[in-house]
Amino acid sequence: MPFDSAVSTPTCDEIVSLLSDYADGIETAPDNVRKHVDSCIRCQAELVQYRRLLRGLHNLRTEVLEPAPGHLTAVLAHLEAAGERSAVRSMLSGRRVAYVGGIALATAAAGAAGAVVLAGRARRRALAS
Amino acid sequence: MTPDLADRVTAAKAGDRSAFDDLVRATHADAYTLAFRLVGNEEDSRDVVQEAYLRAYKSLGKFREDAAFSTWLYRIVANCSSTALSKRSRHRHDVLDEEAIIEDTRVENDPVAHNEALAERDRLTAALEDLPDALRSVVVLRDVYDLPHEAIAAELGISEANAKVRLHRARRKLRETLYPLRGEDQAHAV
Repeated sequence: MPFDSAVSTPTCDEIVSLLSDYADGIETAPDNVRKHVDSCIRCQAELVQYRRLLRGLHNLRTEVLEPAPGHLTAVLAHLEAAGERSAVRSMLSGRRVAYVGGIALATAAAGAAGAVVLAGRARRRALAS
Repeated sequence: MTPDLADRVTAAKAGDRSAFDDLVRATHADAYTLAFRLVGNEEDSRDVVQEAYLRAYKSLGKFREDAAFSTWLYRIVANCSSTALSKRSRHRHDVLDEEAIIEDTRVENDPVAHNEALAERDRLTAALEDLPDALRSVVVLRDVYDLPHEAIAAELGISEANAKVRLHRARRKLRETLYPLRGEDQAHAV
């Protein structure tokens, strides 16, 4: 049966499997886990090592690696090229909209003119008859 | 977020390209460091950083500014690294870069303490590099960069429960490697 850290009386082996989770705050552990750790030298020793590990990992955050010279320039150039591509795309799509709009307007105008001519012919035929 | 960066973010969101370039200059080395820690070699790190900034540039409008710009960027770097790692695992003929040297930028006054700290950090860095990619990503993002489980899970494409399990395993493996308790060192030697 799996160990229920909230209700069971934990054994040392069960606690050991939990210590890495509580390394950054044993105060968040259930009471029975804390009580065990308070009275168990082996678990305390392991908890100390986990804390040492976490301290070392936190300290790595302050370390900054220097990328090879020229990398920053390459990133900026890459962004610039992407920006230009995007500008060209939006210009082309703007032209496409204008082109399609122009065709649509011309078609509508031709249609309207045709309708006027047909209506004129129909009126003339009606008058003649 | 520092006031300068907040100002640059606002300007970049309004379309000021030079403001985004300033953000790149301010965060570039940090982004590279994170990428290097996640993917473990210089060439992939460079590609990851380039891709991450491109994605950041394209999606800057979605950045809500409720977190620091750097934290938002770290999430993007983590996501790009995850993609790079999964590509790499599909073409697995890479070797660990044993030539990678972590440069120390701090100056300490006490040479003995300084050397000990360096040695300890080198051991930690080596142990991190030896972890499987899936474990290393989670422990670096959580314990070095302090990202919440939820963000880690989202960027790596795994469940939050899985992220916690991986963190547990990664910490345990690192602890056993670096600080073995009595009995564990013999067990490892067998």
